[in-house]
Amino acid sequence: MSTTTPATPPSLPPAGRTATKDRPHGGVGDRFRLWWDALARPTQWLVGVPFLLFMAAVPLLNIPVLTTQGTDFGGVMAQFGMIALIAIGLNVVVGQAGLLDLGYVGFYAIGAYTVAILTSPDSPWNQTGDGMWLSREWAWLAALPVAVAITAISGLILGSPTLRLRGDYLAIVTLGFGEIVRLLADNLDELTGGGQGLRGVAYPRAGVTEDLPSGVFSAGNASGAVNSGVWWYWVSLVFIVVTLLFVGNLERSRVGRAWVAIREDEDAAEIMGVPTFRFKLWAFIIGASIGGAAGALYAGQVQFVIPTNFNIINSVLFLCAVVLGGQGNKLGVILGAFIVVYVPNFFLGRQTLFGIPIDGDEIASYKYLFFGIALVVLMIFRPQGIIPARQKLLTYGRELYVAARRSAARAAGRAPGRTEAAATTSGKESS
Amino acid sequence: MYRTARRASGGAALLLAATLVLAACGPQSQGGDDSTEESTSEGESESGDLMIVPSVQIDIDGAEVPAAEAGEPVDPAGDGSAECAEGTAIAVAGAFTGPNAALGLNIQYGAQLAVDAFNEANAGCQVELKPFDTEGDPQKATQVAPQIVSDDAVIGLLGPAFSGETAATGDVFNQAGLLSLTASATNPDLTGNGWTNFFRGLANDAVQGPSVAKYMTETLGYTSVCVVADNSDYGIGLAEQITSGLGDAANADCAPEVKTGDKDFSAAVQIISGSEADAVFYSGYYAEAAPFVQGLRDGGVDLPFVSADGVNDPQFVSQAGSSSQGAILSCPCGPAPEDFAATYEDANGQAPGVYSTEGYDLATIMLTGIASGVSDRAGLIDYVKDYSGEGLARQYEWDDTGELTSALIWIYEVE
Amino acid sequence: MPALADALLTSATAGPLVHQSLIDFNIAGLGRNFWGLTVEGLTYGAIYALVAVGYTLVYGVLRLINFAHSEVFMLGMFGQYATLMLLGFSPSGNAYDKGILLTVLYLGIAMLGGMAVAGGAAVGLERVAYRPLRRRNAPSLVFLITAIGMSFVLQEFVHFVLPRLTGGTLGGVNAQQPIRLVQPEVQFSIFGAPVTNVTLVIIGSALVLAVAVDLFVNRSPFGRGIRAVAQDPVTATLMGVSRERVIMLTFLIGGILAGAAALLYTLRVPNGIIYSGGFVLGIKAFSAAVLGGIGNLRGALLGGLLLGVMENYGQVVFGTEWRDVVAFVLLIVVLMFRPTGILGESLGRARA
Repeated sequence: MSTTTPATPPSLPPAGRTATKDRPHGGVGDRFRLWWDALARPTQWLVGVPFLLFMAAVPLLNIPVLTTQGTDFGGVMAQFGMIALIAIGLNVVVGQAGLLDLGYVGFYAIGAYTVAILTSPDSPWNQTGDGMWLSREWAWLAALPVAVAITAISGLILGSPTLRLRGDYLAIVTLGFGEIVRLLADNLDELTGGGQGLRGVAYPRAGVTEDLPSGVFSAGNASGAVNSGVWWYWVSLVFIVVTLLFVGNLERSRVGRAWVAIREDEDAAEIMGVPTFRFKLWAFIIGASIGGAAGALYAGQVQFVIPTNFNIINSVLFLCAVVLGGQGNKLGVILGAFIVVYVPNFFLGRQTLFGIPIDGDEIASYKYLFFGIALVVLMIFRPQGIIPARQKLLTYGRELYVAARRSAARAAGRAPGRTEAAATTSGKESS
Repeated sequence: MYRTARRASGGAALLLAATLVLAACGPQSQGGDDSTEESTSEGESESGDLMIVPSVQIDIDGAEVPAAEAGEPVDPAGDGSAECAEGTAIAVAGAFTGPNAALGLNIQYGAQLAVDAFNEANAGCQVELKPFDTEGDPQKATQVAPQIVSDDAVIGLLGPAFSGETAATGDVFNQAGLLSLTASATNPDLTGNGWTNFFRGLANDAVQGPSVAKYMTETLGYTSVCVVADNSDYGIGLAEQITSGLGDAANADCAPEVKTGDKDFSAAVQIISGSEADAVFYSGYYAEAAPFVQGLRDGGVDLPFVSADGVNDPQFVSQAGSSSQGAILSCPCGPAPEDFAATYEDANGQAPGVYSTEGYDLATIMLTGIASGVSDRAGLIDYVKDYSGEGLARQYEWDDTGELTSALIWIYEVE
Repeated sequence: MPALADALLTSATAGPLVHQSLIDFNIAGLGRNFWGLTVEGLTYGAIYALVAVGYTLVYGVLRLINFAHSEVFMLGMFGQYATLMLLGFSPSGNAYDKGILLTVLYLGIAMLGGMAVAGGAAVGLERVAYRPLRRRNAPSLVFLITAIGMSFVLQEFVHFVLPRLTGGTLGGVNAQQPIRLVQPEVQFSIFGAPVTNVTLVIIGSALVLAVAVDLFVNRSPFGRGIRAVAQDPVTATLMGVSRERVIMLTFLIGGILAGAAALLYTLRVPNGIIYSGGFVLGIKAFSAAVLGGIGNLRGALLGGLLLGVMENYGQVVFGTEWRDVVAFVLLIVVLMFRPTGILGESLGRARA
């Protein structure tokens, strides 16, 4: 077996290895990364928070070319927020631990259905309404942790038997799992409403005013610049930031190092004493619960779940977001998610682009063709994605980069300047 | 390598030659009757002379009702003196692309005919029909709905087309006070949401189901019916209504479920052929019904085949061929009058399909509202609420919930 | 195999307690129609088996799950359809009646057309997508992601591009209007199970093709090359076997069989010619390959027949809507408990 493809490591591309070989730290991305890594934590926050605020304000600014024409821009951004969250979750599984999961949409579905089953009036297990333990106003918020917990458990249930399989077998089994979840949702009519779906899923009642009797998150808040889509986008931004902090810290911890070891060479990791199965399972569970949170967001925003929204095509779309952006790179996959969601919507309903007449609807309908081509072309020419992840020392990496830069600057005879100042602060901070 | 390559190319040449020779034989005639050469999408030319023909009109007890001496249907053109603000528009929302596009387009084309007639007659009032594509997908619909609402020119909406997307977006239109006049969403629950802007231009499944069920047991005398449902919102809802309407006549041992997109129904056919049923009811769309009825006939099951509006489409006949003969199809939609059908076919290159007349009628109602001087969204809702008039398909008049006051079902037969 | 049957049985007996109201069990229905279901199952199984050969051969030689093979099958369906149209047939709801001899001739030509398109597509797929990756020595998951991408490209090509190229006659959102050359008619019965002419044609052709490919792989010099590369590519290369040529040949055989399976499938399911029509069938055929032991030619054939039969029993026992679930659960169960399949995974050692 191993003799077949001698030079083939069993896992995903060591994201970034080829690029490092070809272009040693010279691109714009690398310069940016070095600059960013050299900044002190507080400075990073000082730069990051305004950027985040800007991102939050994007749907309000009505930027001429950026704003979509055929669909509501707030709604598009809300969808982007959800897919970005999913991409971060899937990135933990695919990018960081190197486990190809083609059934990720299953977790998304489980999250959405958990919220729907608990709060939809159509469901037999509806917990809202008279005499039940959930109030209509807060049911969504209360169901959210339940959804995350249940998807985590489903990740455990799926993972514990299947993670003993390797590579492509795992991919096919997870694909089967994703389909089974959808078919269960379709076939268990009494519980899930089958093809009729579950209507009237709860959403947070906040910001209730005279004009908006059901609050800002209701689908009824549709007019004006700050519609429900924008509010959901803001909620998903909060989720994204929290998840990024959580996943980022994990990445720099023992868990993250174990994942990288597993991704690069599972056998070697096992021999070096990494309990690979346990860490793979953790990756699966964490990825699943993030997917579940995204599903809960979806159920709340659309207030209606139906099995057809959770088919395999979506799994591949999520994978496309991760691969496009750059497996293993958290910011990269967010960019990937943006491309996957935004680009088709950009063309929708657009008759001209920079003065050139185009049939935007037509172009938008080709989206899966283009995504398929993008996957193939990327895999052949740039398997590491648009913003590749870099291999670096995870725990003390920043200090080392700073030190290296400082000495390089000295050797070049340049004044150390701001970088050094920042570096010293950073050094002090961590000592 | 050389040898294989030569052999392969030789084979290919042989194949090509054979193909050419046989192709030169010209179009293949079909099992005796002369079929036309061109592949047409219309049913009649291919499948002999089979067509869907309206037979009777029934009420909720399944009893036949003589077709009312219909008054003259309201003409969208009016008297030609309408005046309105420039840029007045009505929106039409539904699936115009994607697998269910046929139904959405039927409505849009029908409505467009009414709008064109209106604009031609009324120089002082040019109304635009703005299509908004939801692909029939509820999430897509939640992104499209705000676009419709925030378009100030739109004073009325024809749609949404499907029950799922209507449920998902109903609140949006209700809070915006935008008239939502659906030509095809038949889920009975929709009018129970307390929406004041929502009106349904046809009978819902709670009317169609029991009517057809009673028609099958009382008039046609079936005692044991297999109810086969697909997994669409429409299919499940209708099957529930039919099954409860049939009561004891619904054969519980033989109720296979199929899925939209299935092409192969061998197991369902096996189950039906092993049962003692004396009729089959299919609750779903024509795309599955055609291969299903073909599978039944091929499998030697000659039971009467009954279905509803989702199957009532010329495509059903053209795809199922002679297997569709004798199929009984109900529809809350009225048959398209001949001159309407002719105009429609001239304009769109295809015969009117299911819901085309509803699209035309409902657009006409909004246009007469505009002609009567209504210029804002609230006014149009009030106008429709009090409306009473004859359309191509039926009499339109709504009760407080937004359902038609009198809803009758038409029975069609393929013959 | 007994383990499998046990697993199925336990799930069947434990099930009712758990989901009393959600899933109905109809063991009686299985008993009533047992032989009819078996014959039907074998018909589908024969088709799965032919498609499964494509997966298993490629896996045996390249250790690659050719995820896009289902799309090769789908293109095969369009290929045979286009051939029939070239022969002058037009789509219709009714079957043509040409007499046995001419019908067989037309079907044979259509099958060749399907084989040509599918075989060409498989080889083209290898050229365009996999060869560059092999040159770059990409890891296996990169191959898999590429395969998924190609699967989408081919589907969407038929979905959107093909109707533009052919003026709407081929491809598009909806299934093709069927061209039916054979009207199913019951020929005779086995244990009360009716056997139609279509069933006979499908099982008969599948048997012939299976024997042919088995002979080709096990007896011919080309087959020896395939087995050699599957067993030990380095040594095979040293011994003068061209690996690239063997890989191309492998894809070609897989594609040709998928094209043949496409014609047989459309005989049984005339309305199945649609851009998305290969996807689920492909996953099932892959399951069949795994069930029999991936990389094992005879295993794929056996696995296909077994899966077809199991699936047909399953959809009567659990209800027709569980059909695909039966296949997917079977795949997972096999991978869990016997990932090497029934006959074990080895193309090289299947027959040394």
